[in-house]
Amino acid sequence: MNAYQIEVRITPRAGLLDPEGQAVQHALTSLEFQGVEDVRVGKLINLRVQAESESAALEAADAMCRRLLANPVTEDYQIALAGGG
Amino acid sequence: MRVAIITFPGSNCDYDCYKAINDVLGAEAYYRWHRETDLGDCDAVILPGGFSYGDYLRAGAIARFSPIMDAVIAFAKSGGPLLGICNGFQVLCESGLLPGALVRNRSMQFQGEMVRVRVDNNRTMFTHIYDRNEILHLHIAHGVGNYVADEETLARLEGDGRIVFRYVDERGVPSDEGNANGSMHNIAGIINEEGNVLGMMPHPERSVEPLLGSADGLPIFRSLAAHLSGTGVA
Repeated sequence: MNAYQIEVRITPRAGLLDPEGQAVQHALTSLEFQGVEDVRVGKLINLRVQAESESAALEAADAMCRRLLANPVTEDYQIALAGGG
Repeated sequence: MRVAIITFPGSNCDYDCYKAINDVLGAEAYYRWHRETDLGDCDAVILPGGFSYGDYLRAGAIARFSPIMDAVIAFAKSGGPLLGICNGFQVLCESGLLPGALVRNRSMQFQGEMVRVRVDNNRTMFTHIYDRNEILHLHIAHGVGNYVADEETLARLEGDGRIVFRYVDERGVPSDEGNANGSMHNIAGIINEEGNVLGMMPHPERSVEPLLGSADGLPIFRSLAAHLSGTGVA
């Protein structure tokens, strides 16, 4: 077994209104930052997982996303290995 | 009617439901802590409002996996009446008992206010005492009540009359202006295909006596009691 550091990035589904992103965009514009065309606010979940292999760790993270971490109605997720350990 | 009210860590409308059912309706409610695994002897179950688990991750996402939820889901699958109010609605969506999801209000703010809600379907076990298109004054108290679903789900909900409550303006029209929180199709409450699981963001338990500013929520509990005693129409 090895420990794997995994990053799960969760973002509002493309095409879905993201009120939080919009509010941040308005704030940036009112602070006179130019050219901010779009803002989407998501979340980052760092997992440290014990697994037999890299692929087993990624598979486990995928199962966690489907079961709990992301809501498929409103969110997309991306899983990436952040480095072995 | 005996009603089990499920209490999660962070539930805060459990007592309002308890009081509405026991003191105002004159039926019998009791609490069930989320760690229990059976519901006790009940005819109906309520998932009350609040902020279970601090709304961490997503509203309702963690409560949905509480030990009691297996029993709640089994109860609903066997046809038992299940009402989810506010956070309870979020838990129902997270658990897949109702389609769609609830996201941050369009206003980006927590909204605690009285809103107008239209009864679009009065042929359910929860709403048969209302008139169709009756306008209710109910409280909302949420930051995450903006209903979203894909087009296919929305078309199915519309086609099957499963949108039970809609936010409306003062003319009773589900306009953008009358949309309290930005919900798609002005949805304030929906029911499952079988007609025994209702989820709604407004709080009927907070509007059960004129003293509270409105008694428009009481007929939900009266409808359910009548249905269970065999005098309902649904």
